[in-house]
Amino acid sequence: MSTQNDKERLELLQGTLDLLILRTLIFGPQHGQGIAHAIQQTSDKELLVEHGALYPALQRLEERGWLSAKWGTSSNNRKARFYELTSAGRKQLVAETAKWNRLTAAIGRILESKEA
Amino acid sequence: MPLGILGRILGRKRKATDFKAEIEAHLQAETERLREQGLSEEEAHNAACRAFGNVTKAQERFYESRHWLLWDNLSRDVRYSLRLLRKSPSFTLAAILTLAMAIGANAVVFSVMNALLLRPLGLPREQSLFSVNPRTGVLSYPDYLDLRARNRSFDGLTAMNVAGVGLDTGHGASLTWGWIVSGNYFDLLGVEPYIGRFFHSSDERGPNSAPYLVLSYGYWHDHFQDDPDIVGRTVQLNKHPFTIIGVASSEFHGTNPFVIASFYVPIVDQEQVEGVNNLDVRETAWIGTVIGHLKKGVTAAQAIADLNSVGSYLEKTYPKEHQRMTFSLEKSSPFMGSGMTVGAQAFLGALLLLSGLILLAACANLGSLFSARAADRSREIALRLAMGSSRTSILRQLFTEAMVVSLMGGAVGIWFSALLLQWLSAWHPLPRYPVQVAVNPDANVYVLALLLSVISGFVFGAVPVRQVLQTNPYGVIKSGSTATIGRRITARDALLALQVALCAVLVTSSFVAVRGLMRSMRSDLGIEPQNALLVDVDMNTAGYHGDQIAVMQKRMLDAMATIPGVEAVGLTNLPPMTLDCCASSLVFTDSTTDLKDANAVTSATQFSISTDYFRAAGTSLLMGRAFTLSDDKNSPRVAIINQHLAREVFGSEAKAMNAYFKQPDKPRVLVVGVVEDGKYGSATEPPQPAMFLPILQSPATEAWLVLRSKSEPQQTALAIRSKLHGLDPLLVSSTETWSSGLAQSLFAPRMAAFSLGVLGIMGALLSITGIFGMAAYGVSRRKRDLGIRIAIGAQRSEVLQAALGRAVKLLAFGSAAGLLLGILASRVLASIVFDATPRDPFVLAGVVVAMALVGLIATWIPAQRALSIDPVMLLREE
Repeated sequence: MSTQNDKERLELLQGTLDLLILRTLIFGPQHGQGIAHAIQQTSDKELLVEHGALYPALQRLEERGWLSAKWGTSSNNRKARFYELTSAGRKQLVAETAKWNRLTAAIGRILESKEA
Repeated sequence: MPLGILGRILGRKRKATDFKAEIEAHLQAETERLREQGLSEEEAHNAACRAFGNVTKAQERFYESRHWLLWDNLSRDVRYSLRLLRKSPSFTLAAILTLAMAIGANAVVFSVMNALLLRPLGLPREQSLFSVNPRTGVLSYPDYLDLRARNRSFDGLTAMNVAGVGLDTGHGASLTWGWIVSGNYFDLLGVEPYIGRFFHSSDERGPNSAPYLVLSYGYWHDHFQDDPDIVGRTVQLNKHPFTIIGVASSEFHGTNPFVIASFYVPIVDQEQVEGVNNLDVRETAWIGTVIGHLKKGVTAAQAIADLNSVGSYLEKTYPKEHQRMTFSLEKSSPFMGSGMTVGAQAFLGALLLLSGLILLAACANLGSLFSARAADRSREIALRLAMGSSRTSILRQLFTEAMVVSLMGGAVGIWFSALLLQWLSAWHPLPRYPVQVAVNPDANVYVLALLLSVISGFVFGAVPVRQVLQTNPYGVIKSGSTATIGRRITARDALLALQVALCAVLVTSSFVAVRGLMRSMRSDLGIEPQNALLVDVDMNTAGYHGDQIAVMQKRMLDAMATIPGVEAVGLTNLPPMTLDCCASSLVFTDSTTDLKDANAVTSATQFSISTDYFRAAGTSLLMGRAFTLSDDKNSPRVAIINQHLAREVFGSEAKAMNAYFKQPDKPRVLVVGVVEDGKYGSATEPPQPAMFLPILQSPATEAWLVLRSKSEPQQTALAIRSKLHGLDPLLVSSTETWSSGLAQSLFAPRMAAFSLGVLGIMGALLSITGIFGMAAYGVSRRKRDLGIRIAIGAQRSEVLQAALGRAVKLLAFGSAAGLLLGILASRVLASIVFDATPRDPFVLAGVVVAMALVGLIATWIPAQRALSIDPVMLLREE
């Protein structure tokens, strides 16, 4: 991966990072770097996640009780802090996803409407 | 989620180091991943860092998310403020004292207001409790009964009055105060006894039918040591047996906590309690305050209309006794029904306004002090701004500093006022009367004081805000102070001049009062209070009538004369210069035949005295003789007059001797002696005419013994008590030294001088901080200017003039205006303090010196700073 095409990538909308984190964790516990990587890979490298913004977001979600975290060992045998969805986090994910779908559908309708 | 909050509260916080470790782990993992993609170690690390962005910012955001920031900033600001305040102790002290004084004054005034008008009496259904006040005249007992029976607006009405009796609980009688109340009193107020029972309406069966006594908790506690078997005991009240039927609870203080009540007796026993029976007198015999609960749903206006209709019925039925009977209602308060509440409201309102003004002035002064500080710190502020500090955080620090000062000032102020109020509450201003000043501060007062300190902190903290917001770091650092010379006269200047003037008025008035007081103390009292004891013997409560009185008085005089150390004993119906003094009588010349008021020469204070009174009182007899025992009922009337009366009626002392004068309705009186002038009504009165008549010719039931004795007063007082007890155990007496008796008559002028003094000191302190703030501000703003002047060789006096000219001018104008106003205001003082004249070189010089002192203290520090400006340092700094 190169960093040359950073400028062409999409910046995240405010508030969407939380949703992406929750969504990424649905496949099981993951550490911060893994989450960042997963978001980039899953979005076909379209989304730019500033890693520095990821950790305060993780911290925030943990404080709200949507994630739980503990230190563990990563696949390549390094110490890392693993995050896991709590049941409250799952509910939140469902709610946020529904909200997001409604929002994008609504915006989409407006953008594609023929009349002004 | 609740677990998370709980964890946070319990301190299970994630540490910042843990967060840091996570970030490091991330960077390592990312570096490793990039290296696997073929980048070099260094390139991979840089790329990982780039992708991460600002590490510090992430850590800051983590930190902020822990909610520590607010507290952190606050504690840092507070610590910084404290450090700054410690660095300038004189500023801190001035600020704290100013505020302490202002907050303290407000707390005291509010506390008194609270106790007098706002605090509930602690009685059930108090909101519906009202007193019924006749608009003219007084309510008599028959009036009260009619009102009670005929009104339709009240759930009953009760009447109550204060009474002093000789109460003998087995250890000799002593003067004791309590309430004489109608039988329904306790039932109407809805209170329960602590032990025993209360009396009720059903106990009232005509005059003296209910010899029952209810004790107050305090009296029971003090005199019967909480004896639970007290109920049923018989005590002697004015020689009449009364049965104690109960004790009121400790929370019950009647309707007026300012009266120290020891007992409650039914009003039907009025003859036994007060010595007169007015229960069937409809005219002009006040029965006391009448209060009652308004019925549910009845408004005050409806009740007044209802009472007025009863009034008009009474007017018709008793046209001779009642011309006009209308009523007003007054909400429950300690002095309801006494007509004092309105006056107290006006007085306290004025005081509150005054203390509010003091607070405002204090805030204005502190505002200018803080402006001066902000100006002093303009470089520091500019530096902080230049280094990226936000204006908000600088303002927050300044506000924190203001708040620290205001809270400290408030705390000191509350402490002072609490001390003063506690002292006031324990104080019995009139020793012979059961009055206490129950003004202990309560939660209301503390909350108000706290609120006031916070508000004033904001007010004076807000003054330098504009200054800080306008600070231009570039300009300040380049050229030092950015100050421009302001308008010629600002609102702040005017306020300060007003303050100085007010201070000068107060200082002038207090000087005038103190001076007048000193002079009246020095002037001849006509008695010698040293080594004299005053014994008040109430023969009425001991049941003496008619001729028995003179006989008993003679026996008392003889008994007193046998006390060791006693040089002379006299008797007077009223001692001069006590609150009870004096009675006066019209005086006519001997040739006057028509003794109508207009023909009188003068009105003279009249005393009835025994033979040896003058020697006991220390009054010198200038001419003629003292009275003898043969000046009795059977011999011609004689009098001894004072010089003033002699000159006024006869022209001179010599002409008065053996001449006659007349009094209304009495045979002519022969002047047998002339005594020196003295003070009679009060120590502060102008010279008055006075006459002394033999007590055997003008008997008086009230009698005060005057004993002149060189022995220790305490011992003599004990001897007096036991002698009197030996004569009649039911005689109620109280002994005091004549000097302490005089203190009562000096009470009003002393209080006036004292409060003026306190106000004067407050005014002076305010002026000092005000001028200090202004001068300090002026010096800091003109530092550069002054530095240049010094550099080009200005003399010290020129520097001072440039630095402080404005402040000194303000002070001079303010003082002159204040002195003028003070002289005018002193005319009012002359009515309280005898000899109070502002045309007194001492007063004028005193005021000038005091104001000069104020100016000197206020400008000392700024002047030192102006003089110590070192142009070289200044140049290097800027």
